[in-house]
Amino acid sequence: MPLAFVAWITVQTGWETVVELVFRRRVGELLVNTLLLVLLTLPLSVLVAVALAWLTERSDLPGRRFWAWLAVAPLAVPAFVHSYAWVTVAPGLHGLAAAVLVSVLAYSPFLYLPVAAQLRRLDPTMEDVAASLGHGPWRVFLTVVLPQLRLAVCGGSLLIGLHLLAEYGLYVMIQFDTFTTAIVDQFQSAYNGPAANMLAGVLVLLCLGLMGGELLLRGQERYARVGSGAARRAAVTSLGRATLPCLLVPLLFAALSLGVPLLTLGRWLVIGGSRVWQGADIGGAILQTVTLALAGALLTTLAAAPMAWLSVRAPGRLQRVLEACHYYVGSLPGVVVALALVTITVRVALPLYQTVATVLLAYLLLFLPRALVGLRASVAQAPVELERAAMALGRTPLQAVRQITFRLAAPGAAASMAMVALGITNELTATLMLAPSGTRTLATEFWSLTSEIDYAAAAPYAVMMVAASLPMTILLHIQSKRAAGR
Amino acid sequence: MSFLQVQGLGKRYGDAVALEDVDLSVTAGSRTAIVGRSGSGKTTLLRIVAGFETADTGRIVLDGRPLVDGGGMVPAHRRGIGYVPQDGALFPHLSIADNIGFGLDRNGADRRTRIAELLEAVELAPQMLERRPHELSGGQQQRVALARALARKPALMLLDEPFSALDTGLRDSLRRTVARVLCEAGIATILVTHDQSEALSFADQVAVMREGRLTQVGPPQELYRRPRDRETATFLGDAIILPAEVENGWARCSLGRLAVAAGPQRGAAEIMLRPEQLRLVVDDRDAPPNAAGGGPEGWGRVIDVEFGGSVCKVAVTLGNAPGQPGPLLLRHSSLDLPRIGSRVRIQVQGEAHLFDAPLR
Repeated sequence: MPLAFVAWITVQTGWETVVELVFRRRVGELLVNTLLLVLLTLPLSVLVAVALAWLTERSDLPGRRFWAWLAVAPLAVPAFVHSYAWVTVAPGLHGLAAAVLVSVLAYSPFLYLPVAAQLRRLDPTMEDVAASLGHGPWRVFLTVVLPQLRLAVCGGSLLIGLHLLAEYGLYVMIQFDTFTTAIVDQFQSAYNGPAANMLAGVLVLLCLGLMGGELLLRGQERYARVGSGAARRAAVTSLGRATLPCLLVPLLFAALSLGVPLLTLGRWLVIGGSRVWQGADIGGAILQTVTLALAGALLTTLAAAPMAWLSVRAPGRLQRVLEACHYYVGSLPGVVVALALVTITVRVALPLYQTVATVLLAYLLLFLPRALVGLRASVAQAPVELERAAMALGRTPLQAVRQITFRLAAPGAAASMAMVALGITNELTATLMLAPSGTRTLATEFWSLTSEIDYAAAAPYAVMMVAASLPMTILLHIQSKRAAGR
Repeated sequence: MSFLQVQGLGKRYGDAVALEDVDLSVTAGSRTAIVGRSGSGKTTLLRIVAGFETADTGRIVLDGRPLVDGGGMVPAHRRGIGYVPQDGALFPHLSIADNIGFGLDRNGADRRTRIAELLEAVELAPQMLERRPHELSGGQQQRVALARALARKPALMLLDEPFSALDTGLRDSLRRTVARVLCEAGIATILVTHDQSEALSFADQVAVMREGRLTQVGPPQELYRRPRDRETATFLGDAIILPAEVENGWARCSLGRLAVAAGPQRGAAEIMLRPEQLRLVVDDRDAPPNAAGGGPEGWGRVIDVEFGGSVCKVAVTLGNAPGQPGPLLLRHSSLDLPRIGSRVRIQVQGEAHLFDAPLR
C-alpha cells in the first residue's frame, strides 16, 4: 500500500515537478549523507559483530557467556536513547562520524545474533579437514569459516541497513541529516507537501535497492551442512597471551554501547532526583502507551493470524508472495508509512486524520512481520492431524481451526503480541506524525522533553523504554541459541 | 620397521578417561582398522593422530618424525596426514573441483589435470566438477572427500567411519574403491569403525578398542578365530561360548569331546566356537532311544526355526546340562530345515578356541 501510494503521488504530481523535486542539490546531499552512513556503518558493524561472535563462541575468553549477553544487550536501549546518552556525554558530537559511531553501537547486535548463531552451527569437521589439507588457522578462518558466515552477515546487514534508513530520532539528536529526518522536517513545516512525498519516494527506492542488493549478494546457494550425523561441538581456541587484549574488545564495546547510556541515565536520574518522577505526566504517558500498544498488538496479531495459518498449512506460491509483501511493507520506514497514511486520510477520509485509528493502522503495517514470525512458529506446532481429527468429529473447518489450532497457538500468539506491544512502546516516528494532538506516549514524551533540552526530565521515560525492551532482547538471545540447537 | 608408531598415548576429558596407554604400530602401505563400540575412544585416537586434539601423555612418531612428544606437538596443517570424516564435510560454498583442489596450490600449472586425475581415481564422472556438494549423493560426496584428501599425496590416511552413513550395497562398493585407491597409491591407512565386518574385510591389521584401551591387535583372521576374551569374541561376530572341562588338548562340553589348542590350561574353562563351525545333521533315524530331554552329547532338540532367506536360524536346546547358557543359535541352509521338536545331531569342525583369561 505505501508503495502504491508513492507511485500514485508521483503520477499525480506530474513528471516535471517530480524531476524538479527529486533532482536538486538538497536531495543530492541527503543521498550522499545516507549512502555514506550505510557504507561506513555496515562494514564496521560486520567487523565488530564477527569479532565479538568469534570471541564469545570460539575462544576461551574468560566469562564468554556474560560477554555474549552484553553483546546483545544494547538492543534493549532504543536507538534515540543511545544518541541522547552520547549527546549528553559529548555535547559537541555531531556529523557523520558521530552518526556512524552511535549507529554501530546501537545496531551491531542485529549482526552479532545471526553471526554467533551461525558460528555455533558450523560443522567444525570442515575446519579439521582444511587443516589436514595444509591450511594454517588464519587461512582456515578466511577460506572456510568466513564464507559460510555470508548468509548471516547478509541478513544482519540488511536489517541494520533498513534501520539506518528508517531511524529518525538518533540522527536528529546528533544533527545528522538523512532522508528520514528531512522527510519529517518537511512534513512538520509543510504537512503533506509533494516535496516530502518525493523524498519518501527516493527513500523507498533506497530500501528496495538495499533489499535487492542483499538478494544478489546472498545468491541462490545452499549453505546448509551437507551430510548427516550429529555435528561435533566446535573446540574453543585458546587465546593464551592474547587473552588480555582480546578481553578489551568486548569490554570496550560494552562500555561504549551500554556503559554510556546507563551512566547517563543514572546521572540524569540522580540530578533530577524525585522531582522528575512526580506529576501525572508519567502516569498518563504510561497509560496511553499501554493502551495504544495493547490495541495495536491485538489488531496486528488478528491481522497476521490468517496469513500465518495459510503459510503453514498451504505453503503455495501465492502464499509466499503474499507473505513476502507483508515483510516488505514491514521493512519500509515508519516515516513512509506515516506519510502515506496522512496523505490518504487527508484526501480520502478526512474524519480519520489524526485519529487513533490511523495510528493503529500504521502500527499494523509496521509490525505485521514481527507478529507473523511468532505466530507462524506456533501454528506450525499444532499438527494438521488434530484439525482433521476435529473435522472427523463433526466440526466445520472453521470451527476446527478456531477450536484446535488457535487454541494451541495461543501461547505463541500471546508472545508475539507482547513483542508487537513492546515494539509499539518504543515507536517514535509514526506516532509523532500520526497521533492526535495530546497523545503522549513514552517515546513522544521523551522526545519532546529532549527537544526542550530538559534531559533530566526525559530520563525516567528512557528508563521505562529500556525496561520495556528488555524482554524482547532476552527472547531474541534465547531464540538464537535455540535455533543453533543448544 | 613401523611407519607410524604410537606409544603410551593417554587422554582424559575431566574425569572421563578417553584413552589410556595406547600402543599401536602401523607398517608402511598397510591398512589398519580400529574397531570398537561408540564411546570407546577410537575417534579420539584418530583425532589425536590427525592433530585435531592434543594428547595428555605419550608420543606419536610418523616415518621417523615425532608428531607428538610430551608437550611438543606438530599442528595438524603441518603433518601431511589425510583425513576423511564421517559425512565427508565437503565445503558447501565451493564447487566439487574447488573442493578437491582445496589443498593444492591455487596457481599451480597442473592443478586442473591433477583434479581430473583424482576425480577419475575415485570413479566419478568429469561433469561432476562444476556441481555443488549438495547436488551429490552421500556416496559421491564421500568419494569427493577421499579425492580431496588424496590431493596432497599424504603419507598416512585417516578414515573416520566414512561408510557408516551409506546404504549397505553402496558401502561395500565404496569400501572396495577406497581400498583399491589407497593400495595403488601405497598410502598407509587407519580406518575407524564400529562395524566389525567392515573392519575384518578392509584391514590387514585390526585393533579392538574398549574403554579407551586397545584390547587386542592382530591380523583379522587371527582376531576372529582366537579372540583374547569373551567381549572381543562376541564383538567380532556371533560366538557360541560353552563351559568346558579342559585336559591335554581336549575340552569336554555339552557338544562332546572337542579338540583345543594344546596348552598348560586345565580344569574348568570357557571355550568359543563360531557358528559356521557347527553343522546340523537333520536325520533322526539313528537317534538314541533316551531322546526325551538330556540326551547324549552332540544331540539336541529343535525348539525354534527362524526363516531368513538363504540362511536360516535354528535354535537348538542341548538339554539340562549344568551351567548350560540356553539354546544354541545355529545357521542352517534353508533347503532342508528341521521341524520344530525334531532331534538333531551337531557336528563340530575344527578346533574350539580356549580363552586365555581364566574363568571368572
